[in-house]
Amino acid sequence: MKRTLPEFGVLLPGIAGLIVLTVYLALLLQVESQTEIAALLVIAVVAALAATRFGVMPRIGRSFREFEGPFSLAIACAVLVMVAYFHEDHFILLLIATVIIYIIVTLGLNIQFGFVGMLNFAGAAFFGVGCYTAAVLTKNTPLPHLLILVIGGLMAAFIGSLLILPVLRTRGHYSAVITIAFGLLFKIFLEVNDVLGGPQGLHVDGMNVLGWEFNKNIEIGDDLEISFYVNYIIVGLLVLGLSFTLVRRLERSWIGLNLDAIRLDETAAACFGLNLIRWKVTAFTVGNFLIGMAGALYAMMVGFIAPTNFTFGDSLIMVSIVLLGGIGNPWGLVVATIILVIVPEKLQAIQEYRFLLFATMVMLMLLFRPEGLLPRPLRTYFPAWKPR
Amino acid sequence: MDIGLLGQYIMNGLMLGMMYALVAVGFTLFFGVLDVINFSHGDVLTVGAFTGLATSLGLTALGISSAPLVVVIVFLSAIVCMSALGAFIARYLVLPLKSAPALNTLLLTLMLGIVLHEAVRLFYPQGANPQRFPSLLSTEAYSFGHFTLRVDSALLLLAGLAVIIGVHLLINKTKLGLAIRAVAQDEETAKLMGINFTLIVLVTFAIGSGLAAFAGIMHGLYYSEINFGMGLLLGVIGFSAAIVGGLGNIYGAIIGGFLFAALQTIGALALPFASAYKDVFAFGVVILIMAWRPTGLISEKVSERV
Repeated sequence: MKRTLPEFGVLLPGIAGLIVLTVYLALLLQVESQTEIAALLVIAVVAALAATRFGVMPRIGRSFREFEGPFSLAIACAVLVMVAYFHEDHFILLLIATVIIYIIVTLGLNIQFGFVGMLNFAGAAFFGVGCYTAAVLTKNTPLPHLLILVIGGLMAAFIGSLLILPVLRTRGHYSAVITIAFGLLFKIFLEVNDVLGGPQGLHVDGMNVLGWEFNKNIEIGDDLEISFYVNYIIVGLLVLGLSFTLVRRLERSWIGLNLDAIRLDETAAACFGLNLIRWKVTAFTVGNFLIGMAGALYAMMVGFIAPTNFTFGDSLIMVSIVLLGGIGNPWGLVVATIILVIVPEKLQAIQEYRFLLFATMVMLMLLFRPEGLLPRPLRTYFPAWKPR
Repeated sequence: MDIGLLGQYIMNGLMLGMMYALVAVGFTLFFGVLDVINFSHGDVLTVGAFTGLATSLGLTALGISSAPLVVVIVFLSAIVCMSALGAFIARYLVLPLKSAPALNTLLLTLMLGIVLHEAVRLFYPQGANPQRFPSLLSTEAYSFGHFTLRVDSALLLLAGLAVIIGVHLLINKTKLGLAIRAVAQDEETAKLMGINFTLIVLVTFAIGSGLAAFAGIMHGLYYSEINFGMGLLLGVIGFSAAIVGGLGNIYGAIIGGFLFAALQTIGALALPFASAYKDVFAFGVVILIMAWRPTGLISEKVSERV
């Protein structure tokens, strides 16, 4: 296909939007004063409303949709540019890494929730399975650490498969109670179990790939020292890239079509010969795998885990991210995760009130804009096909 | 095992079961009329308990010390306030989402629960710490060997039983109960018969939330301590109990509540080396029961409309 001049017109709003967003985020991460942060947030809200009002949003959305591959790479580059800019600042880099890990988690939930429509209120528990797997394996085995990431994911998928029978046999509210019960059970189990450290938690060794120690700052020459979180951001970006591609491909493929059909109407899907059980198991397992993998990476990054990291409240925050972003739209997740992770950390004034504010925000969202910030667009069956 | 000690366990289990049953009945009532799960129910219970605590402190400050009067006023104020809160939740949060997917209502009420208990934590004086609940009932105790019967526990148990029988009579013998059952069975037909649907929903939410307030005060009186997070576990247990019994069925909810308490007690008794695992055991059994009977022990009689 020949790229002509009008294509450039499509591309431009996306590029501009990306640059503005990158600069804005860098600015938000950099400023310290509470009033400046609040001012920046107000500006963002006003700008977003104005952009929607004057039709800029759909154009940015269009350029992202039509050039998704190049833009994904560009976003990864933008993250790396930000990382290079903040190379010494541990706290900001930790925030960026946390955002990346949370996006992986919500991608997993998105497969379960957004595609096949299975409720999972035990996100934090599966995340915790990944974390504890990493803690135990780094301590007691010489397994290569990249492999441990995969094993963390497999472990979460395995534990999830123990729940699969009750989850499959029940529907709707009844299956919600199973994941909720599992989430609580998991946390209580960790608290009373002495082998896994009990309420005090466990220490986790840092990552070490082929002698490259992740928990050491990188020193180049004499005066350039790069924070060790950069290592985790790089691995995180790689894992995120793989997961994002997986989710995107899955959505585009006939598997995604099957999953959508099952979510929209189970009975009709079954009538057309779709195997409900097979696809539900697939979606649940793949989703938990991603969550567990993210957990393993998180554990190795923060170096210390305790049962209080995996409460029901955390599961709810994960679910709210998926809902705020727009169920089923991976790009929405990215935006929602950035908002929900970075804003409370930067705006220390609301730190104490963050659960209250999140919850209120989600409630308002459900009442007045239930489709989320970036609703999932209609499926395009052929990339170049434009309905008239 | 000593028979007295066993009696103690049974008494404790009955007490827990009564609280769970009261919470579960609320869940099942809401589900009956509106087919929604109101997850803020557990936190309504918390707010109810704190309302009761605030009332009793206020009465003490006013110098009213007649014990029976205080108890009655504490129960009444908590129940009335929570009934109002429940009706408010139904009118402004749950009913507007009636035609939305069930997931949205579920999330909305979950978030509302967080708002409620966070509000208690942040805005009640020193709400983040556990609060001592005054013992308003006589704490006299009679000992039979290892078994100690406290007067207040016996009174609470009897009061709880009376409330449950009251709800049973209300649902089955009164005109209001008939209307509630009609709405639960078929909303549209009920409307055609001239039943004010919205009013019935509000009344049902008020009744359920009032029951939660009763359970909250019961919890406070029995353990002499309340905290902002107590609603979460009680709510989830109540919900599990309602589910295990079969949503929409009041007797199922009551059976479920006592069953869960029995599981916890058995867990504590049978695993003496690991009584800390009693909740793990209880939730594990709940998951197994759900795998065995996906729609609860007494299942709803519905045929699916396609």
